[in-house]
Amino acid sequence: MIEKGWQTSERATRRLKKRYRRERRLKAAGILAIGLALGVLVLLLGSVISRGYPAFVKTEIALEITFDAKLIDPSGSGEAKQLAKGKYGRALRQALFAKFPDVVERAERRNLTQLFSKAARFELREMILDQPDWIGTTQRVWLTAASDVDMLTKGSLPRDVPQAERRLNDQQLAWVDHFEAAGNLRTVFNGGFFTGSDSREPELAGIGGALAGSFWTLLITLVLAFPLGVAAAVYLQEFAPKNRLTDFIEVNINNLAAVPSIVFGLLGLAIFIQLFELPRSTAIVGGLTLMLMTLPTIIIATRAALAAVPPSIREAAHGVGASPVQVVSHHVLPLAMPGIMTGTIIGMARALGETAPLLMIGMVAFIVDIPSAPFDSATALPVQIFLWADSPERGFEEKMSAAIIVLLAFLIIMNALAVILRRRFETRW
Amino acid sequence: MPLPSKMEISGLDVFYGATQALYDVDMKVAEKRVSALIGPSGCGKSTFLRCLNRMNDIIEGCRVDGDVLLDGNDIYARDLDVVQLRARVGMVFQKPNPFPKSIYDNVAYGPRIHGLTNNAGELDEIVESSLRKAGLYDEVADRMSAPGTSLSGGQQQRLCIARAIAISPEVILMDEPCSALDPIATAKVEELIDELKEDFTIAIVTHNMQQAARVSQYTAFFHLGKLVEFGDTEAIFTNPEEKRTQDYITGRFG
Repeated sequence: MIEKGWQTSERATRRLKKRYRRERRLKAAGILAIGLALGVLVLLLGSVISRGYPAFVKTEIALEITFDAKLIDPSGSGEAKQLAKGKYGRALRQALFAKFPDVVERAERRNLTQLFSKAARFELREMILDQPDWIGTTQRVWLTAASDVDMLTKGSLPRDVPQAERRLNDQQLAWVDHFEAAGNLRTVFNGGFFTGSDSREPELAGIGGALAGSFWTLLITLVLAFPLGVAAAVYLQEFAPKNRLTDFIEVNINNLAAVPSIVFGLLGLAIFIQLFELPRSTAIVGGLTLMLMTLPTIIIATRAALAAVPPSIREAAHGVGASPVQVVSHHVLPLAMPGIMTGTIIGMARALGETAPLLMIGMVAFIVDIPSAPFDSATALPVQIFLWADSPERGFEEKMSAAIIVLLAFLIIMNALAVILRRRFETRW
Repeated sequence: MPLPSKMEISGLDVFYGATQALYDVDMKVAEKRVSALIGPSGCGKSTFLRCLNRMNDIIEGCRVDGDVLLDGNDIYARDLDVVQLRARVGMVFQKPNPFPKSIYDNVAYGPRIHGLTNNAGELDEIVESSLRKAGLYDEVADRMSAPGTSLSGGQQQRLCIARAIAISPEVILMDEPCSALDPIATAKVEELIDELKEDFTIAIVTHNMQQAARVSQYTAFFHLGKLVEFGDTEAIFTNPEEKRTQDYITGRFG
């Protein structure tokens, strides 16, 4: 027999205390785990952001350039075609040498011109094409500085090391300081980082091409994977008979979701490039490959969403004589749509960050043109990060971190969208 | 039985996988009358009801043997269209299950999918008259576009009844329609059932003995998958032939 009043006995009180202690320990372990995860996240974001944000600005140097008609428009026609052929590089050099008349030696002169980006003369050309009336005048214009100067102004290039270990020699440092002291050095927002494409020169490289490549790739993936995935899931969940074959298919879809992505890359290479002979390095092949990878995710998410629709809604629809297709298309599918969208967005976010399969199908090439269609050669944002991480130039380091920031921003936006959709449409019945 | 029967069931066996849920049931559902199915939980009365419009078809592993005749035609015949059958034999469920759509769309859904109206005006009329018959019109007339799920439980159940009668079925099956409702809402639905039998043949499953006695003209008592007794409600409740029936209706088990 159990003694009456045991609940308040000393032994029971001790046991109770012990139980509470255990609960506190469990809570503490949980908080510790979350703290650790948050700490690592902060570390990651902090490191990436602190390294990447300088890439959003660039250094420019102002120079008095004389747009001599003899150099710019020797024929005197003023036609854009002729103006485009002008000798802008020489105009730049002449202006520089005029500014520093005591620099006469060939090597020194070369060092001086190297303070400017190789694109500086194209910038001059753009200016003249925009304002042809500048010909024959002298203008103070801002030109993109070379990557080394850019690094120096941003403090990523140390000054206090022996000259031999420095990218810029003492003379070049003095010139930069001279520009800076005269107010001829500034940092401005680097719009080219978002609109430009890859370049051998770090100060010119941008993620525009990679963004366009990712856009086309994901568009192909979405357009193919969403309808295919939803159709497959609807059939399997709502119409397929339960038998060995459908069990087998189900198990394999679940397995596919866990297959390493590089294997999908090999599959894409073998099927789309070797068998179907689609062009290499293109968004169409990338999209098809990522479609293979995203399909199982979408199918699984859709099936879960369909299964979560309460049976009472199905019964109600059947009860008024809706045909099975009407039950699904009028009731079950609309109710499952938030779940399907959430799963799709998460699948797409995964596809956006995927690198390995794209390496296998040649989207890892150095591509300067911004792809304007799925059949153009393209690369993708994560692959661009991979490429820059591999580059020896110092200037690419911040570009890489900045590209990571952009990629993370897209991923966060997509996941936030999934959360909002889920919140918004949760339990409508 | 003196009245013509709308549905005739004979030798009905139902299996869920390997377990048998109904054993050799013979019963008749009288036209334009209310037939109540009573019995303790798990006795097979809901299973029986769901056989009458083949709702069991959508349950995995359910097998039905025997004959179920609607106006003399076997509803389990190969060439019978189950969508057509369910349009003739409507159903109201235990838990009110309006679609997550507006009140209007809930009622209009059936007529729409069956193409019963030629224009919006006709559809409006059907929706209004169905809601009136279900005794709900006055309560919702000014908010037809509000979601059906925003109504109270009793109103939702009457909305489901309106949805069922909107396509003018011949038979309405009700599976414990009042079990989730409070006494006042229950009284309203019972009143409604009484009126509906003027136009429809009704079969209702209920746990509530008084309800069976109040609304039905015929009562069938199920126990352990077998139809124990079937007859006039009055006879069943006042003078049952079987001892088990008497024990159940007097509350000795159940």
